[in-house]
Amino acid sequence: MGLTAKERMAIERNRMGEQPPDLRNRNFEEVPYGYTPEEAVNEAKRCLNCKKRTCVSGCPVEVPIPEFIALIAEEKFVEAARVIKTKNVLPAVCGRVCPQETQCEGQCIRGKKDNTQAVAIGNLERFVADYERENNLIELSEVPKKNGFKVAVIGSGPSGLTVAGDLIKLGYEVTIYEAFHRGGGVLVYGIPEFRLPKRIVESEIKALENLGVTIHYNSVIGRLYKIDELFKGLGFDAVYIGVGAGLPIFLDIPGMNLNGVFSANEYLTRSNLMKSYLFPKYQTPMIIGKKVAVLGGGNVAMDSARTAIRLGAEKTTIVYRRSMEQMPARAAEVHHAKEEKIEFRLLSNPVEIYGNKDGWVTGMKCQNYQLGEPDESGRQRPVPVEDSFFEFDCDQVLVSIGGQANPLITKTTPDIKINKWGYIVTDDWGRTSRQFVYSGGDIVTGAATVISAMGAGRRAAKAIHEDLMKESNETTGDNGK
Amino acid sequence: MFEIVEKSEVFNVHKIVVKAPGIARAVRAGQFVIIMGAEYSERIPVTVSDWDAAAGTIVLYVLEVGISTLELARMKVGDSLFAVTGPLGVPSEIKNYGTVVLGGGCYGIGGIYPIAKACKEAGNKVISIIEARYKDMFYNEKALMEVSDKLLYATSDGSKGTKGKVEDVVYEMLEQGQKIDQAFFMGCTQMLERCSEATRSNSIPTKVALNSIMLDGTGMCGACRVSVGGQIKFACVDGPEFDGHEVDWNELHSRKAAYAEQETGVYQSYSHECMAEKKFKQELERG
Ligand SMILES: Cc1cc2nc3c(=O)[nH]c(=O)nc-3n(C[C@H](O)[C@H](O)[C@H](O)COP(=O)(O)OP(=O)(O)OC[C@H]3O[C@@H](n4cnc5c(N)ncnc54)[C@H](O)[C@@H]3O)c2cc1C
Ligand SMILES: Cc1cc2nc3c(=O)[nH]c(=O)nc-3n(C[C@H](O)[C@H](O)[C@H](O)COP(=O)(O)OP(=O)(O)OC[C@H]3O[C@@H](n4cnc5c(N)ncnc54)[C@H](O)[C@@H]3O)c2cc1C
Ligand code: SF4
Ligand code: SF4
Ligand code: FES
Repeated sequence: MGLTAKERMAIERNRMGEQPPDLRNRNFEEVPYGYTPEEAVNEAKRCLNCKKRTCVSGCPVEVPIPEFIALIAEEKFVEAARVIKTKNVLPAVCGRVCPQETQCEGQCIRGKKDNTQAVAIGNLERFVADYERENNLIELSEVPKKNGFKVAVIGSGPSGLTVAGDLIKLGYEVTIYEAFHRGGGVLVYGIPEFRLPKRIVESEIKALENLGVTIHYNSVIGRLYKIDELFKGLGFDAVYIGVGAGLPIFLDIPGMNLNGVFSANEYLTRSNLMKSYLFPKYQTPMIIGKKVAVLGGGNVAMDSARTAIRLGAEKTTIVYRRSMEQMPARAAEVHHAKEEKIEFRLLSNPVEIYGNKDGWVTGMKCQNYQLGEPDESGRQRPVPVEDSFFEFDCDQVLVSIGGQANPLITKTTPDIKINKWGYIVTDDWGRTSRQFVYSGGDIVTGAATVISAMGAGRRAAKAIHEDLMKESNETTGDNGK
Repeated sequence: MFEIVEKSEVFNVHKIVVKAPGIARAVRAGQFVIIMGAEYSERIPVTVSDWDAAAGTIVLYVLEVGISTLELARMKVGDSLFAVTGPLGVPSEIKNYGTVVLGGGCYGIGGIYPIAKACKEAGNKVISIIEARYKDMFYNEKALMEVSDKLLYATSDGSKGTKGKVEDVVYEMLEQGQKIDQAFFMGCTQMLERCSEATRSNSIPTKVALNSIMLDGTGMCGACRVSVGGQIKFACVDGPEFDGHEVDWNELHSRKAAYAEQETGVYQSYSHECMAEKKFKQELERG
């Protein structure tokens, strides 16, 4: 549209309206309200439609960013959403949860000088996806003719949903097996409602079902069926394992099993999936801490702390070994947490959790840390300061220092190769050591991001299609069928 | 899905037969399921006490102790459970031990049945011991008798068998010089602890089916963690059966009481008194 680059440059980044901190820290409603169409168009005009599309190379699935933004500038919102969906099937989710500042927006030319001035790609992505969904403009893909092959997908997290969506459109019969009574993986049990409303995930799953994907809930593979049985008894031609990394790590310090010490997984699952923030209408109980310590500095820690505040904690503190700059959490989450009066006790780590005679947490003994030499990741390594301890007053401790590979499947299917940490080993396309078994997402990479799990799903879907078609051509050739 | 096809009650223990064909096909002795009565319910673990793979049904014995079990108790034949997930946990290790003693209290009276049956089929001499307050509170006796070489009773009031509890029968057996090669116990935590004490001095290998608080049942949350031999174990995936002589019982007792306050809130009549006993007393008062 007729704007000059200079005119575009003159437009300030459009901030999204959001619930004020004092209001939102008492409810579970989503924090940002989303752009209005005017704001979206205005934001879209900031994009310079660069020749060298650095933003695109920052996105793990290479969403055609300048193209979809140009469509927004022309108010073609639905078309913009469709363009994104050629690469990313869950834009309403990714627009909300991608760490944009280190991915697409981190590479945007407009953020080179001042990173707060990058084009708000995530906000725009969210806007068009919401616009399309809320106005019921989602295009119903035609259910293609079945090609006769059956694929089982284990786990309904973002990677499993992507595989299912891609393969159903190619004519496969797709069945998802999900351990929980609800689908979405971390999107429903981990990431809280105030960051990602569950109705968005539900509508994505409904859309897959409308295309013919069958979902069996309450189905723990490895126990209900072993992978061998999926092939032999149930006649699947390929299996995709997208079970996530969910196995919590606890610190090896005294007091870890006291009442009031939770893994973030447990705490968040109670609150999100089981809706104990609506207790007693929903019957899963939750222990409400008064002074809550959250161990860790990632998204999981921020989500736990912000949930604790909303459940009624008087004081919530992030206790983290490293410094503020080194926190792996999305910048927006740290910013929101600070606004919500969550405190940060940096460069410190507990060495013991104290309890009373009934086994309840009464406080922690912590040690001060300082930054030392850089480690393999290039971050300065936190090292404990000798003889430098302090007491920390708290009655609840939420442990969110990371996860491990859940061994439920690999134990029951020993012929799938795993690495020394228990993660499944695959080639670039998700092929495991066993023929026609594929895997991707957190169970391959360790805890990562929604978009990378989806990217892995997309690649594996391609590999499954390629391998099964090759197989079918070969058999047709051999048998002259 | 998960339709209730049969239901009955003996003093607060509700037998619930549920349609769950996949589980009925895959389940082994010692495993459990996690169930939700309704969409708003808590996820609660319940032992699979019997199954019929051909009919596609599983048998649960649910002891009414709180809000979730109360709501299950009120469901009727024809109603459906919202969720039944399983089979979960590691199956009991079944082999020819020689003489196996199985002790069951409250829901464990039903729960030890498949273990007894499998042990019997593996060629063991099976001695089952069940405890209750009063003789009329036993259930599932006939089935248990069929798979046991001996079925012994313990009642608090002495109305049947030994006056006392399962561990008292174990002590009697040991005094009489009865050889025991392996013991399994299932019931409330207090009973598991006392029975493990009984077998400790003779170093009888003892497995106890722990019932720590659970949430997902797949190893994802750590709610069910227990200390066994000084190590953290997740009861849902590493157990539920553990060496009774290695369990940190004090920790387990306190972890099990973690939600007592909230639970009491929703289930006003909850008390530390055994609910089965309470109901029994009410029945007596009514005559
Ligand atoms: C609290 C929290 C906040 C996060 N915030 C962000 C964020 O802001 N941005 C971001 O990009 N990433 C975030 N992440 C990371 C992101 O959510 C994960 O990387 C992503 O969800 C991984 O997807 P997945 O499909 O591999 O697995 P998951 O989402 O973990 O899904 C796995 C599914 O498989 C099921 N399953 C497991 N075992 C079995 C079995 N044996 N049989 C059947 N089903 C099984 C599970 O129940 C689950 O539903 C966050 C993670 C957490 C925990
Ligand atoms: C592996 C395993 C097998 C079990 N098998 C049976 C069985 O066959 N029959 C049976 O009647 N009971 C069984 N239980 C115990 C049963 O799960 C609890 O009695 C039930 O959860 C109580 O729920 P409630 O809401 O009715 O009572 P509440 O009032 O919520 O709690 C009463 C007591 O039950 C325990 N409890 C509460 N919530 C849970 C939970 N989510 N998980 C585990 N324990 C909890 C607590 O110690 C609490 O003090 C088993 C438990 C485990 C772990
Ligand atoms: S998917 Fe994520 S990284 Fe890619 S463009 Fe969208 S918000 Fe950016
Ligand atoms: S780098 Fe930034 S300005 Fe350039 S095309 Fe991408 S989003 Fe637009
Ligand atoms: S119940 Fe969650 S790990 Fe065992």
